[in-house]
Amino acid sequence: MSGSTQQPTTPVVTDAGGDDAAKLPDTRDNRWGDAFQRVVSGGWAVSLGAVVLAVLAGSIMIAFTDEGVQEASSYFFARPGDTLAAIGQAVGGAYAALFRGAVYDFRADDFATGIRPLTQSLTYATPLIAAGLGVALAFRAGMFNIGGLGQMLAAAAGAGWVGFAFDLPPGVHLVVALVVGILAGALWAGIAGLLKATTGAHEVIVTIMLNYVAFYLLSYLLATPGLLQAPGSANPKTPRMKDTAVLPDLLGPRYALHLGFLLALVAVVVVWWLLNRSSAGFAFRAIGENPHAARVAGIHVPRTTVLAMVTSGALIGLAGSTQVLGLITTGFGSDIDAGIGFDAITVALLGGSNPVGVLFASLLFGAFKAGGSAMQASQRIPIEIVLVVQSLIVLFIAAPPLVRAVFRLPQPDRKRPPRRRPDAATTQDTATTQDTTTAVER
Amino acid sequence: MTTLAPVPDQAVVEHRHVTVVSWKATIGFGIVTVLFALLLLLAPRAGNAAFRLATEGDLFTLPDLSVPGMATAWVCVAIMAGLVGVVAALSARGRKVPLWVPVLFAVVFLFGFLAWAAAGSDRDVPFVRLIGGSVLLAVPIVFGALGGVIGERAGVVNIAIEGQLLAGAFTAAVVGSITDSPWLGLLAAIVSGVLVAAVLALFAIKYRVNQVIVGVVLNVLVIGLTSFFYSQVLVPSAEQLNDTTRFDRIAIPVLSKIPVIGPALFNQTVVVYLMYVAVPAVWFALSRTRWGLRVRAVGEHPKAADTVGIKVERTRWRAVLIAGGVAGVGGAFYTVVSVSSFGKEMTAGAGFIALAAVIFGNWDPIRAALAALLFGFASNLEGALSIVGAPVPSQFMLMLPYVVTILAVAGLVGRSRAPAAAGQPYVKE
Repeated sequence: MSGSTQQPTTPVVTDAGGDDAAKLPDTRDNRWGDAFQRVVSGGWAVSLGAVVLAVLAGSIMIAFTDEGVQEASSYFFARPGDTLAAIGQAVGGAYAALFRGAVYDFRADDFATGIRPLTQSLTYATPLIAAGLGVALAFRAGMFNIGGLGQMLAAAAGAGWVGFAFDLPPGVHLVVALVVGILAGALWAGIAGLLKATTGAHEVIVTIMLNYVAFYLLSYLLATPGLLQAPGSANPKTPRMKDTAVLPDLLGPRYALHLGFLLALVAVVVVWWLLNRSSAGFAFRAIGENPHAARVAGIHVPRTTVLAMVTSGALIGLAGSTQVLGLITTGFGSDIDAGIGFDAITVALLGGSNPVGVLFASLLFGAFKAGGSAMQASQRIPIEIVLVVQSLIVLFIAAPPLVRAVFRLPQPDRKRPPRRRPDAATTQDTATTQDTTTAVER
Repeated sequence: MTTLAPVPDQAVVEHRHVTVVSWKATIGFGIVTVLFALLLLLAPRAGNAAFRLATEGDLFTLPDLSVPGMATAWVCVAIMAGLVGVVAALSARGRKVPLWVPVLFAVVFLFGFLAWAAAGSDRDVPFVRLIGGSVLLAVPIVFGALGGVIGERAGVVNIAIEGQLLAGAFTAAVVGSITDSPWLGLLAAIVSGVLVAAVLALFAIKYRVNQVIVGVVLNVLVIGLTSFFYSQVLVPSAEQLNDTTRFDRIAIPVLSKIPVIGPALFNQTVVVYLMYVAVPAVWFALSRTRWGLRVRAVGEHPKAADTVGIKVERTRWRAVLIAGGVAGVGGAFYTVVSVSSFGKEMTAGAGFIALAAVIFGNWDPIRAALAALLFGFASNLEGALSIVGAPVPSQFMLMLPYVVTILAVAGLVGRSRAPAAAGQPYVKE
């Protein structure tokens, strides 16, 4: 991905030749780059291993808490087969339900019904794609945007307000609502960017705090008549969106999939172009890799920081806007975020912070979400198992050495793998430590 | 003299001190004062504000304090303005602002705010309950913040405080219910806090994964795990697994009879008294013991620490595990002190407020604990204001800690400096 962008990183690379240039204070921000590099370079084997491990852990949790398994395990030593059968039934049933809920319901009567779960997965994936792109873009600029929640809420408030309070011609209304929502998200993230650029406030803390500020601000707006609250109602909820502001359904009224999905796909292309083909994207990646080198190269670091954060917020704003204009059009409350702001982080990490990776990670997590609901409904397995599996996947992917150790894969991180030594006779006996010392002596 | 002009000039150059005068604190305090004065100007409220100070069983009964609301508020503005002057004078001389100035500023501001809010109301402000409730609300935040301070001073950023609190609350509920003993519940909470910390340390120290990423993911993991087991295991058999015996309140003989602060501070449970001990203990351990010196050394400059023979990774591991245990105590508060059962995501972001308190308290245990108290007070104020029918929407009171933290992080309120090596894994050469 970053093959064409080696220019700004060259000073780092030469420093790193001496192994630990990381002690220098000015390379401090580089640890983000390192971490994401590690996530990206994990490779397919590690990704697959991480998914397998996480699903295995989920299976164990399901098996342990299943009533049938508990019953059968009370006479485990008499008939161990029963316990194993019960485990198989519990876990198999759970994953079958997950598949039926996420991809294709093979028990349905006709194809149109059977394919419905797949469209549901795509619907759930829509905000994850947009928000995941936002987080990924911030990652590439060396920043960690944990403020997805706040930016989603700001965007939902903006888009929703235009959506129900104004009367505009069809088409124009939708566009204005979307733009206002996106701008609101951008503005909310921009606060964090501006504070980082001007005062050096760490964006992690500021965005976390802005999440809460946005939440309480929205709660206030929703609870106050005349602002966002539906007239004549005591509930903290907005009125329903006007029909002119609602995103049209893609596959007809039978499915929930709306135009937002296409917008998210467009966003993938735009972000890919922005990061890899535009000068703004080059500046983003440059300050992400090494802000000092970027400054020497003539990039205005504070301005780029704000711009990157604003763009990130705009993408998350798109997620918030499509939620209120596409999925939940009957009016929303302060729970409109539904965990997407935080899921976006895991999506961006899993997708290796590149647009296409984010797309696939979002589709996977969207499927998990859709399938998890179905699993909860039919197998009475709490949907939170999905959270566990998702977070374990990311945790394992972030630590490739652990996954490699579990599956006994080769460790490419080693400075000197024994295989590289040509003369086999001497390497047979020497330990790796001696190996490096001889290398130094030469 | 004039002929020797160059000589003294050179001498002046030799002795000149270069002091960086920071006006950020002055500006920050000034902004708060001006905003408060504007509030009084734009929304004046007539009438008296009454504070109920007495509770039953005091050594001597204080009369209710009734003051003219607006006049009191303006006096508070004057005192605040005076404190801004003090801060400005200290900053101009390049001196540090001592701790009592911001503490006094906060107390005066809050008192003035209460006087304004309660003016003209026919209900009293329940002062004792307000303070007692604030202390209680602050308990998990204080323990979380102490855990955060220990971890960050050792160079490991702990975003997973929320997860440690939640894990502590969950295990305290389960173990406390099974054994029917709050003490064992507390112990279990400590163990689970250490376990979460061990995962953090494994990934952050051993595998050198970005610490913020591990922390964020760990929070999600713990939320997922506890919610899953709550729905799947605790709800079906709530009586056996999710019904704890809580700690009893213990009134300390003489101290609890002192008016106002007695019933608020000294008629509490063991966990609260543990907090009174823990704050100075952590301060002492970090700043006056050999262990503390080593912890701070690996957090500020791990390479230097390594050079003099301190085992960086081992020191960090220990510090992170201890920090997890401390945060776990805070988690126990939810299920063996506050209420007697666990609920989904019951910590509700306290871990993040604790993180804010760490930063607001400038990575110092005592300041962080004071910040946590302030946040506890701000969240408790909402209840008191709704009693007197104040015109401030509760959401804005709840928002206050977070806004204050943003200001603090932006450097408007004093200077905040993280330990130099916080967040950086140490790679030995």
